[in-house]
Amino acid sequence: MRIKLEKRAEPSRFMLFATPVAAVVFTILIGAVLFDALGYDGLGTVKEIFFTPILASYKWQDVATKAAPLILIALGLSLGNQAKVWNIGAEGQYIAGALAGALVAYLTPGVASHWIIIPMVIAGVLGGAAWAAIPAFLKTKLNVNEVLTSLMLVYVALQLLSYLVTGPWKDPNGHNFPQTAPFTDAQLLPHSIAGTFIPPGLVIAFVLMLAFWLVVSRSVYGFQVRVVGAAPSAARYAGFSANGTVWSTLLISGGMAGLAGILEATSQLGQLNLGFPSNYGFTAIIVSFLGRLHPVGVFIAGIVLAITYVGGQVAQTTVHVPSASGGIFQALMLFLILAGDVLVRYRLVLK
Amino acid sequence: MTMDFIISAIVTVVGISTPILLAATGELVVEKSGVLNLGVEGMMLIGAITGFAVTFTTFNPWLGVIAAAAAGAAVSMVFGVLVLSLGSNQVATGLALAILGIGLSTLIGAGFTGMIVPQFSSIFPSVLSHDPFWRVIFGYSPMVYIALAIIFAVGWVLNYTRAGLVLRAVGENDLSAHSIGYSVIGIRYMAIAFGGAMAGIAGSYFSMVITPMWAERMTAGRGWIALALVVFAGWKAGRLVIGAYLFGALMTLELYAKASGFQFLPSQFWASMPYIMAIVVLAVISYRDRTGSEAPACLGKPFLPNS
Amino acid sequence: MADTYARLELRDISKRFPGVLANDNVSLTVMPGEIHALLGENGAGKSTLVKMIYGIMAPDSGQILWDGQAVRIQNPKAARKLGIGMVFQHFSLFEAMTVLENIALGLDTKVSRAALEVEILKVMNTYGLTLDPKRIVSTLSVGERQRIEIVRALLLNPKLLIMDEPTSVLTPQEVGQLFETLRKLAAQGCSILYISHKLHEIIALCETATILRGGKLIATCDPRKETPRKLAEMMIGANLKEISKVAGRTFGDVKFAVRNLTLPKIGDFGTALNEIEFEVKAGEIFGIAGVAGNGQNELLEALGGEVLAHSNDAISIAGAGVGKCGPTERRAFGLGAVPEERNGHAAVSDFSLQDNAVLTARNRMNMVSAQLIDPSASNAFSQKVIMSFGVKAQGTKATAGSLSGGNLQKYIMGREILQNPVVLVVSQPTWGVDAGAAAAIRQAIVDLAAKGSAMVIISQDLDELLELCDTLSVINLGKLSKPLKVGEVSVEEIGLLMGGIHGEVQHAH
Repeated sequence: MRIKLEKRAEPSRFMLFATPVAAVVFTILIGAVLFDALGYDGLGTVKEIFFTPILASYKWQDVATKAAPLILIALGLSLGNQAKVWNIGAEGQYIAGALAGALVAYLTPGVASHWIIIPMVIAGVLGGAAWAAIPAFLKTKLNVNEVLTSLMLVYVALQLLSYLVTGPWKDPNGHNFPQTAPFTDAQLLPHSIAGTFIPPGLVIAFVLMLAFWLVVSRSVYGFQVRVVGAAPSAARYAGFSANGTVWSTLLISGGMAGLAGILEATSQLGQLNLGFPSNYGFTAIIVSFLGRLHPVGVFIAGIVLAITYVGGQVAQTTVHVPSASGGIFQALMLFLILAGDVLVRYRLVLK
Repeated sequence: MTMDFIISAIVTVVGISTPILLAATGELVVEKSGVLNLGVEGMMLIGAITGFAVTFTTFNPWLGVIAAAAAGAAVSMVFGVLVLSLGSNQVATGLALAILGIGLSTLIGAGFTGMIVPQFSSIFPSVLSHDPFWRVIFGYSPMVYIALAIIFAVGWVLNYTRAGLVLRAVGENDLSAHSIGYSVIGIRYMAIAFGGAMAGIAGSYFSMVITPMWAERMTAGRGWIALALVVFAGWKAGRLVIGAYLFGALMTLELYAKASGFQFLPSQFWASMPYIMAIVVLAVISYRDRTGSEAPACLGKPFLPNS
Repeated sequence: MADTYARLELRDISKRFPGVLANDNVSLTVMPGEIHALLGENGAGKSTLVKMIYGIMAPDSGQILWDGQAVRIQNPKAARKLGIGMVFQHFSLFEAMTVLENIALGLDTKVSRAALEVEILKVMNTYGLTLDPKRIVSTLSVGERQRIEIVRALLLNPKLLIMDEPTSVLTPQEVGQLFETLRKLAAQGCSILYISHKLHEIIALCETATILRGGKLIATCDPRKETPRKLAEMMIGANLKEISKVAGRTFGDVKFAVRNLTLPKIGDFGTALNEIEFEVKAGEIFGIAGVAGNGQNELLEALGGEVLAHSNDAISIAGAGVGKCGPTERRAFGLGAVPEERNGHAAVSDFSLQDNAVLTARNRMNMVSAQLIDPSASNAFSQKVIMSFGVKAQGTKATAGSLSGGNLQKYIMGREILQNPVVLVVSQPTWGVDAGAAAAIRQAIVDLAAKGSAMVIISQDLDELLELCDTLSVINLGKLSKPLKVGEVSVEEIGLLMGGIHGEVQHAH
């Protein structure tokens, strides 16, 4: 008996929704077995990583805080992924956005008005977009693969951040720690909206999710992005510019990553330091696929991945698994969702 | 500049380039077969921790290297099954492999931080390997010679043997190769496994030759440099060697700059140099080859025959 | 010869694919030295059948006998070991490699380069073929590429040679050369299984014909004793429909004019366009003939706006220069275009028919307001196309890729025709389409012209062009010949032009 793949006449809508759920379930099962095999408490690990953050209400703010940047970045990445423009350097754009926003903050220390947040956020978006403009330029003008360039720029952004926080931007009162001076009160956003556990970034992410949803499902631009990704020749035939799509999707995804970066800096950290990069840019790639590149799916997937982030930290202290455990679960999830993709387009036949 | 300085620079360059060269050689074979595996960084880390762990338990670095190759090949098969048998997207799957490798190596390596393993002893008598001049030829770890032997063997197989011809054919036109009767999927599985094994060995070089210790993410992005190197080499084995030494020279520059306390440029500038250079090099190469005729024609495309 | 076994015998071969029975109890017998035609229209199951003979697929049931022995042909290697050679319709060649490497890949034994070159020269001498073994395939003409496949097959000293639609890419003169080679081979005892839907070729070449329709064996006959019409009726299964075209039509003003259109080649495998000039009047059907790869795709893309001309005057629609306008603007001026490749160019296979309507009709059919697409408008238009053109599909939500070639082509043609184009440019309107759909598409082209649209038909099928067009030009190496009046020019003249032999064509009138 052999298992064969047989192409479906139409993609299965059932599988489209069922496979991400199945991917999460199987991640939990496989993860439990894997951690048991490695000599850890498998069930305990799974419980702490996936369920404690949901059941313990004092963890909700933590989850919401981590979900916000993941969703913001993944919304932008999903647009690019639909056009098969692979921006895997969102981590670098996230850093660049925070640096650009911080630059505005350091140039305006005397401004006491809260309105200073607005130019900071705009600078963050532009900083992220500018960082993503480099691969866009190289791709459209010189035909350089954006996967490698966007990724290389992450390393460059990391070094740039390190240079600034240990050099010119180092806090003179910071006891020689590699960090910038704290933002002034006017330059800060609250950790969460008064009286709730919701951080401001998550509200912005929700509003932008609705905007992306409209664009992706109804607009000519959303249609263009899908055609460019599915069939480049057909896109040309339909009058859609491939280069324009590369530019716009990279600028949008870079801008979204930059937005996430500056929001994280002003609402959570209140300064920049070497610990600022936290892999959100890479994890957002998983969010994007787990969410099936759909804005609503991305919102839900962002929360799921945020849970594994928080749960990973919980498990570290309670069941003593290494800090990388969360990452293993995330990678497993991505593998399973990619493997599940095949079921949307094909059915398995036993012969 | 003294002779000593030049020789020690050459020795450093060759040593530091070797893992990139190994990983890029493996990826070259994978890409020649038409598959893009972006997971090199992850496979290298798996190789690094496996090589380290096995050497630590057996006190035999050769067993360590063999185990590293086996582990690299094994994780590459996860990628292989998804991409070849299930037709998943190669970019996303490769990325997943990279993330998995980073996580899994950290997990396994948690118990090994701070330990030290025995290193390879030189295969040449110390008269030669420690001679102030002759060490430029004889003074390397055996892995350096093995790496060079492998790249020359790969270059020869690709260009002068029937196996190489078939591999290139599969990457050039999978449908034609299939209709003439070659097993496209089977050949690609083998290529991916070879790429995984090479990445595994490359990783073990970090934890067993460069430093006899394990550290999280110790390959520090060199897997991505290896990917760029394949493009830089125009998918040709000969140019791969030149490219690897060029990148090695850049990284050596960073080391010297740090050591000599070069003040006029910050150390971060040197640390980001390999990546900036990789981007510049990619831009120049891609501009020269705008039509993409150097890349294997089927690179990155899924192959699912409908029968 | 009563004591010889048949070279190849198929007994009750069946093969099922999801949703279709591709071969239904097919039997046929090929004797040594026989040239045997396998006749059927697109989708009749010819390719599936020969793929099973060549070991690319396995039959679900039935038996294959080789020289009287029952055999299982596991893969192409096994087929070649028996002595079966195959020349593919879509060549199985590797563009970036040399002729020699391509040939070596088709052999199963290890031969040194030098020895292989000697053997190649020997085979080429025997059959009067010419090829330079060191050339890179991408630099060769289509005819030369086919010769690689033939030499590759002949090096194995085949006892049976399968030729899958070998003439679809050749000029009439090249077809003549090919037939010479095949006859020579047959005279030496090699059997030939010749797959085609071109009736006059089969009558000229073959001794026996097996006719398939809808996967079933319809008849086995001697084609030399049949009329083309009779063969066609067996192949298609119904009485042939004639295209109804009003004779003696008059044309209106010039609606489409191309002047001095010159474009450099794109990429290593492209063709440059060289001073293309022609004009088409309202109601006129203008044909462009030529062998594949002489710039047809480049011309279609230049006319449709996918590649821009250097000046606005190079292309004009009803007097307005549009040379530097993209596809969307040209559509606003009333230009419709249908490229040759359906999946991935004229339509997106993974998209629904409804979304495929948005691809080109979004502006002319008012599907967009304030940058948002109105799904009810695209659905209604898509539904209208399906109804008006008899497209067999499970509604507007079915993906383009789930339709048969003929149905998808009808949908694409319908999508363009219902937008009432001033000018419609179509490449290979009936390529890979079954006869019923082909007739419907040709009729639709004639009807649209009758309503006053200017039509440009690019096709490799000369018969089709002669049937449809009022005026005809030939494209060769990116250059377009002078326009010729259909009915005043002979097939031989067109054939010479297709082969690149220019010069003033003498007009009878």
